This record gives sequence, structure tokens and C-alpha cells, in this order.
Amino acid sequence: MIELDNVAYSYSGAAILSGVSLQLAPGSFHFLTGPSGSGKTTFLKLCYGALRPTEGQVSIFDEDLAAMDRDAVAMARRRIGVVHQDCQFLDHLPVAENVALPLTVSGQASPDQADNLRELMTWVGLTEKFEALPPELSGGERQRAALARALILSPDVILADEPTGNVDWEMSQRLLRLLVELNRMGKTVMIATHDLMLIRAAKSLVNARNLRIAGGTLQAAGVDL
Amino acid sequence: MSALDRIKTLAARDAGADRVVPPAGFTVRLTLFTAAAMAFLTVFALALSLAAGRLATSWGEDLARASTIRISAPEGQLAAQTAAVLRVLEQTPGVASARALSPEEQRALLEPWFGPDLPVESLPMPQLVEVQETGDGYDADGLRLRLQAEAPGAVLDEHSRWRRPLVTAAGRLRLLGWVAILLIGAATGAMVTLAANAALAANAQVIAVLRLVGATDGYIAGAFVRRFTLRTLAGAAAGTLIGLLALLVMPAGGDTGGILTGLRFAGLQWLWPLFVPPLAAVVAFFATELAARRVLGELA
Repeated sequence: MIELDNVAYSYSGAAILSGVSLQLAPGSFHFLTGPSGSGKTTFLKLCYGALRPTEGQVSIFDEDLAAMDRDAVAMARRRIGVVHQDCQFLDHLPVAENVALPLTVSGQASPDQADNLRELMTWVGLTEKFEALPPELSGGERQRAALARALILSPDVILADEPTGNVDWEMSQRLLRLLVELNRMGKTVMIATHDLMLIRAAKSLVNARNLRIAGGTLQAAGVDL
Repeated sequence: MSALDRIKTLAARDAGADRVVPPAGFTVRLTLFTAAAMAFLTVFALALSLAAGRLATSWGEDLARASTIRISAPEGQLAAQTAAVLRVLEQTPGVASARALSPEEQRALLEPWFGPDLPVESLPMPQLVEVQETGDGYDADGLRLRLQAEAPGAVLDEHSRWRRPLVTAAGRLRLLGWVAILLIGAATGAMVTLAANAALAANAQVIAVLRLVGATDGYIAGAFVRRFTLRTLAGAAAGTLIGLLALLVMPAGGDTGGILTGLRFAGLQWLWPLFVPPLAAVVAFFATELAARRVLGELA
């Protein structure tokens, strides 16, 4: 799906990541941990083409990122669902339209999608919030709306950056179960988090690979975190 | 996507794309107002250019007509001096043709003053010579000197020569009008670029969200381009309308009018201002397109 080969990323001379190699196989489930500021977000951005590596090679769906123009990256993002910690929305549009935004921008919006949208909103528990504006949502509701938006195009890969950062324990459990459920449906999932409790809680649900970023490099972390 | 495709999409109007850009109150009104003001000014510059053009043409035709040489000489010398004048004219560069008027033509000229029964033959009438100039005209001072030497009784009468600088001035005025229109067009483009840049900067979050969910640059640019193009079109249409109304209520000076009272359109020229709003929209289209592409190119 997504492959990094000896990738380095530096910003104005300072190396943030170096020597990173990883293959995200279809249907795999990864946790990515590491202290704040260790480069988890940078790593994810490299995975969905928001950043280009300063060294090494990133392949997204078997295409070399270096050879992809901006439109090609846009097309690849329709197959990658991204959930940020501070998820942003179009604040002037109701939640339902925000969730359906990937359909709109890819020209796939049609009345047939209404059922799909309703089903997805029910699945993430936002049935009541169809017409609400994003600023009216709570932190947990925003995370779930972002997840729904990331899923509406039925992507192959889901990259979540601290999806449980702004929510309480119960809500983070719920989001985790949603992501595990997606993984069982065959999606590739990667969750960046510094919440070790969450990783422990996932142990009984899914066979996850744990990765750790520290000192600018990516290492396989033990299963016993 | 080519510009043509983009214009097609623009006409098709994708409601979804229109909604992704939040409605902004103040820049909308500013763009509308500026487009209206620019169109209003364009209508006047256009009227000025066309009026100056008409003036230059009609005065130029007057000029092209003719000058006259009047030969007053004692009875016996008249024929000799006339022949001398015609010879001089033949050799003068800038003179297309020259011809002595017949007695019948001279009588016809005098008829309005003295009636048809005037015995012209018995009067010491001066001989008139009609001179047709070429486009370049002749050197009047040089011709006067030569006439003085060859035919002392000949007087060169350039009845419309004084208008020549005015024709040049009218031509310049027309040019200035067109330059003003070009400048207004460029200023409109600059204004739309500034407004579009401001809108793009104010909507950085919107653009980031759209990029994240897989919108292409063309889609994002299109949403902004559509908004600014339609706004400019509406503003320019209003400005053009007001400009035309203002021209309509200008007092007409009739035939005696000069550049001031002639500041209006004539006949089919009234159709010209109708091109102002579409042209303003085209300028806005390309200005926003360029601004959007530049801003988007700098983003991740």
C-alpha cells in the first residue's frame, strides 16, 4: 500500500527523521508511538504525500511520490483516509455536508449516496448532528465526524494522528473499536498515539504491530509496552 | 484542465464547489463596488475615444477637401498669372491636382450674394484656383514664396488649415481614451488579484481541508475563480448600466457640439459598452486563476 525506503526528512537543515523504512501491507494494523515532537505527524504526512522526503523514496499505491504531481497526490488521498488530532472542517457547512465533502470534491456526490452517508453517520453515532455546524460539536463528536469523513470514500488506508487526543477514555475506546472494526473489513490502519493505555486496550482486539519513533528513527517496539 | 474547459465548468456551475468557499461579506461588496466603478469609468473612456475618433474623422475630411488660390491682377495679366500659378502648383509636392474655376462656377459661387443676373464678365473678377492636396499636404510657406515670385497677384487661402493641429489633438485624445481603457482593465485585474489573494489567505483552513480530502488544485481554484468572476461580472454590468444612463442624460449639443457635448455614442457604437462586463469578467477569470494557482502551488 504505502512503502518508505530509507526515507529522511529534514526541515531547514535539522533532520527530523532519517533512515526510515517501512512497508504498510494491506490489512495490517500499526500503532506508532513516541514522545511528542518526535516526528509522528511528519511520518504520517510523508505517508499521505503532504510532505516529500528529502532523502529516500516513498511509494504510495506502488507509485513513486517523487514522480507524482499535485493532482496525482490529490487522487491518492481519495484512497487514504486521514484523521487529525485537531480535525478541521468547513465551519460554514453542516456536519453532514462536511462528512460528504470527499464525495463532493471528487465529483461523486449524488442522491444515491444519501443512504451511505446516513449509515456512516449512524455507525459513528452522529445521527442527531446532521444539521449541526462543526463548531457546535464536542471534541469526541469532532473526532468521529472526522473519522466518518475519512471513510466516506471507502479508502484502502486509514491514517489517524492522535485520534483520541481530545476525548475521554470511554470515547477513545469507542473510536478504537471503530478502527479495529474497519481493520477487520480489510482496511490498512495506522494510529499514531502516545497513549499506551490505548495500545494495551487494543491488544485483545487486534493483532497490531507497534512502531516507535525516537531520536529521528523508526524502530519496532516490543509488544509489551 | 485547459482554460476553455474551466470556462465551461464555470458556466455549468457546480453548486457543491460554490458552497465550499464560505460567503464573505466585505470583500464581496468591495469587489462588486470596484468592478462597478471601473466599468463606469470604462464607459466614459470609451465614449471619449469614440467621440474623439468621430471628430478627427470629420475634421480630417474637411482638411482633405481643398485650399483656394485667389488671383487678382490687371485685366491683361490675369490669364498669364493663372497659367503661372497652375505651373507652380504642378511642380509643388503635396498637391494632388489644381484647376482654375470656369466663369460659370465663379458665378454660381457669387449667386447667393448678388443674384443670378450679375454680369460677371463686366466686373474685374479675381480668378479662383482650386487645389486638392495629397494626404501629406504641401509646404504652405514655401508655396506662398514661390507664388509671390511667379504670380504677384496670387493669394493662397487655406480655409481649413487651422484645424490641422485640432485633428492631431483629437487623434491623441482618442489614443488617450484607449490607453485609459487598457489601464482600467489592468487595474481591474490587479484589484481582483488582490481581492482573490486576500480571500485565499483568509480561507487557508478551507483550502487545507479540501486538499486533505483529495480536492485537486483545479477544483479549489475553480471555486474561487467562479465566485470572483461572477462578482466582477455583476459589478461591471451595474457600472456599465449607470455609465450609459449618465451618458443618456448628458445634454446633446446637436451639430454644433464639440468634444464636450459630443461625448456619447453614435448609432451602433451604443453596442460597444455591452462588451465591458464580459471583458471585465474575462480579466477577473484570468487574474483569479493565476492568483489561486500561485497560492495553491506554495501549499503542501
